[in-house]
Amino acid sequence: MYLEISTTHRPATDLGFLLHKNPNRLHQLDLAFGKAWLCFPEATEGRCTAALILDVDTVGLVRGKSGGDGLMQQYVNDRPYAASSFLSVAMGRMIREAISGRSKERQELAETALPLTIRVAPLPARGGPDLLHRLFEPLGHSITCEPIPMDAVRRDWGASPYVTLMISGTIRLSDLLSHLYVLIPVLDARKHYYVGDDELEKLLARGEGWLKSHPERELIVSRYLKGRSTLVREALARLTEGEDAEPETALDNAKKDIAEEAIEKPLRLHDHRLDAVADALKRLGAARVLDLGCGEGKLIGRLIKEKQFAEIVGVEVSSIALARAADRLERLPDRVRARVKFLQGALIYRDARLRGYDAAALVEVIEHIEPERLIHMERAVFGDAAPRAVIVTTPNADYNVLFEKLSAGQFRHADHRFEWTRAEFSDWCARIAKTYGYEVSLEPLGDIHESHGAPSQMGIFCK
Amino acid sequence: MKLDIPEFTVVVLIGASGSGKSTFARKHFLSTEIVSSDICRGLVSDDENDQAATGDAFDLLYATLEIRLKRRKLTVVDATNVRAEDRKRIITLAKKWHTLPTAIVINPGEDVCHERNRSRPDRDFGPHVVRNQTSALRRSLRGLKREGFGHVYILETAEEIASACVNRMKLWTDKRDEKGPFDIIGDVHGCCDELEALLKKLGYAIAKTDEPGHLVRYSVTPPEGRKAVFVGDIVDRGPRTGDSLRLVMDMVDAGTAHCVVGNHEAKAEKWLSGRDVKIAHGLALTIDDLNAGGDTFKARVKKFIGGLRSHYMFDGGRLVVAHAGIKQEMQNRASSAIRAFCMYGETTGENDEFGLPVRHNWAAEYRGDTRVVYGHTPVLETEWLNNTLCIDTGCVFGGKLTALRYPEMELVSETARKVHCEPVRPLALPAGFLSAQQEHDDTLDIADVLGKRILTSRHSHSITIREENAAAALEVMVRFAVDPKWLIYLPPTMSPCETSNEPGFLEHPAEALSFYERAGVRRVICEEKHMGSRAIIVFARDSDAARRRFGVTTGAQGHVYTRSGRPFFSNAAETAEVIARTARAAEASGIFAELDTDWLCLDAEIMPWSAKAQALIEQQYAPVGAAAGAGLALAQAALAAAAERGIDTHGLSERFADERRRVDAFRAAVRQYCWPVTGLEGVCIAPFHILASEGMVHTEQSHTWHMETLARLAAHDPLFQATRTRVVDFDRPETRGSAIAWWMEMTAAGGEGMVVKPEQFLARGAQNRLLQPAVKCRGQNYLRIIYGPDYDREENLVRLRKRGLNAKRSLASREFALGLEALERFVAREPLRRVHECVFGVLALESEPVDPRL
Repeated sequence: MYLEISTTHRPATDLGFLLHKNPNRLHQLDLAFGKAWLCFPEATEGRCTAALILDVDTVGLVRGKSGGDGLMQQYVNDRPYAASSFLSVAMGRMIREAISGRSKERQELAETALPLTIRVAPLPARGGPDLLHRLFEPLGHSITCEPIPMDAVRRDWGASPYVTLMISGTIRLSDLLSHLYVLIPVLDARKHYYVGDDELEKLLARGEGWLKSHPERELIVSRYLKGRSTLVREALARLTEGEDAEPETALDNAKKDIAEEAIEKPLRLHDHRLDAVADALKRLGAARVLDLGCGEGKLIGRLIKEKQFAEIVGVEVSSIALARAADRLERLPDRVRARVKFLQGALIYRDARLRGYDAAALVEVIEHIEPERLIHMERAVFGDAAPRAVIVTTPNADYNVLFEKLSAGQFRHADHRFEWTRAEFSDWCARIAKTYGYEVSLEPLGDIHESHGAPSQMGIFCK
Repeated sequence: MKLDIPEFTVVVLIGASGSGKSTFARKHFLSTEIVSSDICRGLVSDDENDQAATGDAFDLLYATLEIRLKRRKLTVVDATNVRAEDRKRIITLAKKWHTLPTAIVINPGEDVCHERNRSRPDRDFGPHVVRNQTSALRRSLRGLKREGFGHVYILETAEEIASACVNRMKLWTDKRDEKGPFDIIGDVHGCCDELEALLKKLGYAIAKTDEPGHLVRYSVTPPEGRKAVFVGDIVDRGPRTGDSLRLVMDMVDAGTAHCVVGNHEAKAEKWLSGRDVKIAHGLALTIDDLNAGGDTFKARVKKFIGGLRSHYMFDGGRLVVAHAGIKQEMQNRASSAIRAFCMYGETTGENDEFGLPVRHNWAAEYRGDTRVVYGHTPVLETEWLNNTLCIDTGCVFGGKLTALRYPEMELVSETARKVHCEPVRPLALPAGFLSAQQEHDDTLDIADVLGKRILTSRHSHSITIREENAAAALEVMVRFAVDPKWLIYLPPTMSPCETSNEPGFLEHPAEALSFYERAGVRRVICEEKHMGSRAIIVFARDSDAARRRFGVTTGAQGHVYTRSGRPFFSNAAETAEVIARTARAAEASGIFAELDTDWLCLDAEIMPWSAKAQALIEQQYAPVGAAAGAGLALAQAALAAAAERGIDTHGLSERFADERRRVDAFRAAVRQYCWPVTGLEGVCIAPFHILASEGMVHTEQSHTWHMETLARLAAHDPLFQATRTRVVDFDRPETRGSAIAWWMEMTAAGGEGMVVKPEQFLARGAQNRLLQPAVKCRGQNYLRIIYGPDYDREENLVRLRKRGLNAKRSLASREFALGLEALERFVAREPLRRVHECVFGVLALESEPVDPRL
């Protein structure tokens, strides 16, 4: 990793005083994760440049890590090389006074706007070069970024995810360094150390005076704190203190109880879909219901509000989603909780635990199953578990032309294995109903377009 | 007094406090066979006399009793049990687990009980307790049989109690010590012509004496040592019920046959007993024959049927014969429920379009290791399903009479002379597109894969799959894997060789060779390691053969999948083309014919690496090179400029120059394994194992055979590449030296390295345990991709050499054993769930955390 600071202020060599480093020496610093050096490739009256070089100990980085995420980090990766929070930490150790705006010999200069140029490389630009402009330009910097090619020989591999970033402007050194200190890890969007509460204090300290009014405030905070929701909320709350501008919209999601969620949010398609399914289950008079492919339990969140549903079983294959669902359940009163349980299961295996229920819902589930394995789901759900009623929803492919962002033939979700037109879904429903002895009725879900139908479709099967 | 009791029963001891039940129990039974209310009271409360703990103590007693009954263990209940309500719960449990309870009343008299209780300080209750217990007991005595006890023994004097002797008797169904061989014969239904012909076919000599004025007698002599076993339904519907009965009865009497009861026998017996029976389903013919036989014959038949058992268990528990089938938990037990099940099977309570009861398919849910052979439901062809076989091939309906030769498992049948009786439901249902087992296997059961599982493999000790690993595997299996019908194998992981101490090397071929030499292997094969992606190729000669053998109905001829079971090619057309070309090459090279098979399972490496790992290269490896290169270039320039200004950079410039050379080598290594591919243009397949073909898992063949046979594919299609090999014979040191030199040369030219395997596929070492099936030895430059561009700086090597290989090797061994077990089961045509549990196990093991760089 490489960071370079240049000035043309006269005498330019005063940069040494601002950095508290003698331009005529090589400065070395040992860090927990490697070594950093600072040297001055040029130091003249007219122009002075300081270069911070960071060499991360690749082997040391991996050793001692095991389990969970650590395993993936054991593969070769860009952590030792790409500008990241490692670089911020090295800056904090090597030129702390400069970031804080203190100078023993040139305090006045430290408080003065100077002609400065900074070069950082290789800087990951996750979110695209556009993001670089959105992050730096509101702070008054003019930037240029030069893409770094993926490979010198294989030109067909195109550009790498990294750029060489140049910032120039007349600004106080400490301001510029503070911006970089925060924004480098934000651009990298990964952190090398555990994000704890003191990280929040660091962010607020380094963001003093500019973060509060930055238009990308929320993105900066959430990426810097690596999406840890409580810290993010706290940070945003502290940054917006005294502002009237609807802090709720940014903060609500996690705060709200599942039970309130549906009412307060503007109706979106998925909410509409879940409401329709909950409503259909209610109309069917079902008491013991299965939510097959329940994900994190959004439909169940609706069902628990209705006393009619005496037993609600959520089935999901993803252990992560199940753990989240179980977490949400923890927050509910015992009496409500006793009606709900979650099982790990997969709809393409027969499962004796699922027999004998009144109704089952498969909300946007079947399109995630490979067509050649769909028959196993049909047998397991309609043939073996065989609830009295089954509700199936799936996207309506006819409607896809109306989504502007969707190119022709593309599915709405990367994991969709197929999307059916209304005719295809209707044929499938009819075949299932005939094979397994159900009556089926079809309903559109969402606002109906006159020729393309509704965005989603629902089949209600009853014995 | 001799007390005969079944060897599997609940013995309920009945007697007042102080009657000597515990002493009696200890004298006649194992201490572990006794569940005592006193001891349970002690277990839950630390005080055997704490009456307040009685409720909990009995809960424990019943729970223990139930678990033992489930496991078919004789159990003695040592509690007073003097009241009917005390006994009721025990009898209910006995019924649930299909055993007849035994009552032993121990009643030496009130005085004796009082006397004993007085001498025990912990029994300080008043005399009224024993008095009440004794009178309750006396009131119970007469009703014990009615309560449901099979045997009731009453011991009323000290002498009787002292002289009692318990005799455990085998159950009537228990013929475990008869090992066979047997000829199990399906429903006869009066088709005696066909029966006689079938028996002759099976090598039985039949002599019939039919002199006027004498009874007709059959004398049947089986081939040496064999016995016939009839699955019941000898009578009704057919033309010669009388003779059929005579033949079977004479054989049973002569000890040359066993027969279990069929529902038609039960009905005939009802008629013989003069009870009200609806004359239907061919009973009229039986009645005619019985009447023709006269009273002696009728009496003999009545006695014969009365003595028929519900089922028999043979051959050490490996075989059960019952008329309509039998569930696992009913085998070699006794209850009226079992008798009913064995005669009628289980019905769903619904009728089909012909008005016949819809039968619940118990065999579909059968999971037992014991083979069940049964009849009752006429089928066009016999087919094994989950270790069960129905051999009623509807002779009387114009089908055939079938026998299963056991243990040979051969079917022998005799075609019906004619349609003796029109079936209500046509027998000639269209032949199944898939076999019954394939049809059943179409949808697997989650109970067969989820939770903690202990799997057995013929190649190793049992292998435990942890619950969390199974959970992780389920997700991969469901979301990404190919249809489990193709998934008959997943390859094991491979450990690297021991870490080398040669300067500059982390892995060196000398270590790989020494590993096997130390283990006692004499010859190893070194195979060039290709830098591609592992693939399993399963394919059949044509799509018809694929349907027959794999039960797939998509028309596909095969599949290519990765080591985690995902489709190798994202595009179905490419998969189909690879399969078709592989099958053509196997045909052209004569491999199908040579192995007498119409399907094969190959283990291969498919190149280039970039074909499968494009995303990994784009998102991980190439960016590392780009990032490292860019940063280092700037650092080098800055240091050079500083040095130019006369600043001492303490050799840092050289260090970064060196670092840059390593990064360039890393980038070159990554580049080397990537080349552009359009469709299959540029794709190259290097197969290295012929894992299995019809009837065979090729573990008996040497790796030399595998490589030489597979090399023939390359001659027929440029899609295939033969892999270079070297054999090292440890008795000829020069072969070792040349293998090392070969590795040096290959890796210097950019090769990934090599894989070293014992020449024999299954090599065993100390304690007869399987050795590692292979170890890899990777080249110096290739390892940069694994450990990072600068891994070979001496200060890094020192640390990297401390890697531990045990976890990886243990994993490799377990996965190897499970993978082969999956193939063995597939080849033996076991149900798919049995194959799937092993494959699923390999996938689950793969989720165990192990250093991925190994």
